[in-house]
Amino acid sequence: MKNAASDEIESPWVGWALFLPAAAFLAVFTYYPALATLYHSVFSTAKAARPARFVGLDNYTAMVQDPIFWQALKNNGWFAMGTIPASIALAIIMALLVNRALPGRALLRMSYFAPTILAMVAVANIWLFIYAPQIGLLNQVVSWFGGTPHNWLGQPDTALASVTAVAIWKEAGFFMIFYLAALQNMPANLAEAAAIEGASRWHYFWRVTFPLLMPTTLFVLVNAVVNAFRLVDHIIVMTKGGPDNASMLLLYYIYEVGFKYWDTSYAAAMSMVLLVILGAIAIGQFLILDRRTHYR
Amino acid sequence: MKLGTDSGFQKFLETVAAWMLGVLWALPLLYAAWAAFHLSADSTRFDLTAPLTWKNFVYVWRAAPFPRYFLNTFLLVSLIIVVQFTLSTLAGYAFARFRFPCKNLMFVLVLLQLMIMPDVLIIENYRTLAAMGLIDTIVAIGMPYFGSAFGIFLMRQTFKSIPKELDDAARIEGAGTMLTLFKVYVPLAKPVYLAYGLVSVSYHWNNFLWPLIVTNSVSARPLTVGLQIFSSGDQGIEWSIITAATLLSAGPLLVAFLLFQRQFVQSFLRAGIR
Repeated sequence: MKNAASDEIESPWVGWALFLPAAAFLAVFTYYPALATLYHSVFSTAKAARPARFVGLDNYTAMVQDPIFWQALKNNGWFAMGTIPASIALAIIMALLVNRALPGRALLRMSYFAPTILAMVAVANIWLFIYAPQIGLLNQVVSWFGGTPHNWLGQPDTALASVTAVAIWKEAGFFMIFYLAALQNMPANLAEAAAIEGASRWHYFWRVTFPLLMPTTLFVLVNAVVNAFRLVDHIIVMTKGGPDNASMLLLYYIYEVGFKYWDTSYAAAMSMVLLVILGAIAIGQFLILDRRTHYR
Repeated sequence: MKLGTDSGFQKFLETVAAWMLGVLWALPLLYAAWAAFHLSADSTRFDLTAPLTWKNFVYVWRAAPFPRYFLNTFLLVSLIIVVQFTLSTLAGYAFARFRFPCKNLMFVLVLLQLMIMPDVLIIENYRTLAAMGLIDTIVAIGMPYFGSAFGIFLMRQTFKSIPKELDDAARIEGAGTMLTLFKVYVPLAKPVYLAYGLVSVSYHWNNFLWPLIVTNSVSARPLTVGLQIFSSGDQGIEWSIITAATLLSAGPLLVAFLLFQRQFVQSFLRAGIR
């Protein structure tokens, strides 16, 4: 907000009138529900015979004692840890590979980016087929190499890893385009200078390219973390949180408690956890962005 | 391996690596396409002489109300785009060019929606829409997304970069606030609207959880929800049919992407780098 004051028209009414339509929708569908979540989380769920009553922290106590909640939180952590570094690393590798002239470059970029365009539901259906127990592509490949076919989504030990792989496949190409743009904005004389100095490519990447990509990495990182908590479409299609809660993620559990068991108060208490996590990311991002602007 | 003296062999290895990754990345889609265009007996047998067929797509089109799902999705994304463009343009103009009480606080609140998005407020938004009597309507799917922090921010940045002198000139000629906005700012922001439009259409064409929650009949269901209901049916549908339905529902967006690849990538970039 460094613009000259003269660029702004002093007009309280016009300013508010222009903002008001958007503000109304934001208020009703973002701020009100965020506060209402907090409010409803300290009440019991209304039933036909028994209206909602104030229960204090009962829903939160129930949450702390609910092993499925902890499992969902833990799984979400593993899902994030599995998706984020892998998709960022792949995105950087992809960007570096197609940043120079090579045969079929346009086709390669298209191949990397295409999963981004697809709905997660569509992606999940395709991967359901790939993971299919008998005939799926993955088990066919395993068989060619003499391995024993495995029920990837049906076994607790591989279910979470399998849905993680799907998220990596979907996201890496999206992140790639940001790295590609950053690489193309990188001053060419840096590479020339490094070449004269005789720096190895490996060295050059870690000492020059990677640090210069840091702002992009931060942006991508925030996106990736939010996505890890926001997107559960693939869970609905592929595993429904199973088997035995092995692939249960937080938002999916909230959805299940809220819309399958209709225990909306308990779902509200768990939503508060999700909101706190996202709020923490927001604050973290503001602080980091703040530091970044000081550089300039 | 020095930078300047990049050996041909090194380049060759990198090209091979790029292609291996490219094939690996394309494989799931190619596999789906293979199954969708083959009879179910050939869907998992990779025999290049197996006959190609459209039958799966024809079957899908007739077996479930996909025409209606297409219409619903089309109406949904059109509605969202029109409302988002309008509200974001007005609010973006307010934040770019006007001083009004609590402006900075409001702007921070707007930005908060980038993190606390309607996608995670499903319980309370369902309650609100039920109270409004809008459950199972297309409007209900779109409403939580009408006010878009992303759109407001994008338009604010765009309008801020437009010289204030143009605004002044229009006003000297007697144009009011709205006329100035639509004659000066909006025409200059066309590329941004295209970018925002592509990003928003892809997002809402593909959105699933909220439409799943808020709809319960064919008349309001978008494609994503229709696809899920079709493919999770308990009659044990064949894979070639499911992949055909999947490609069908993703088809228009995928074709648009193949035709306008550059615009898509540019739009996602423009929208992301802020």
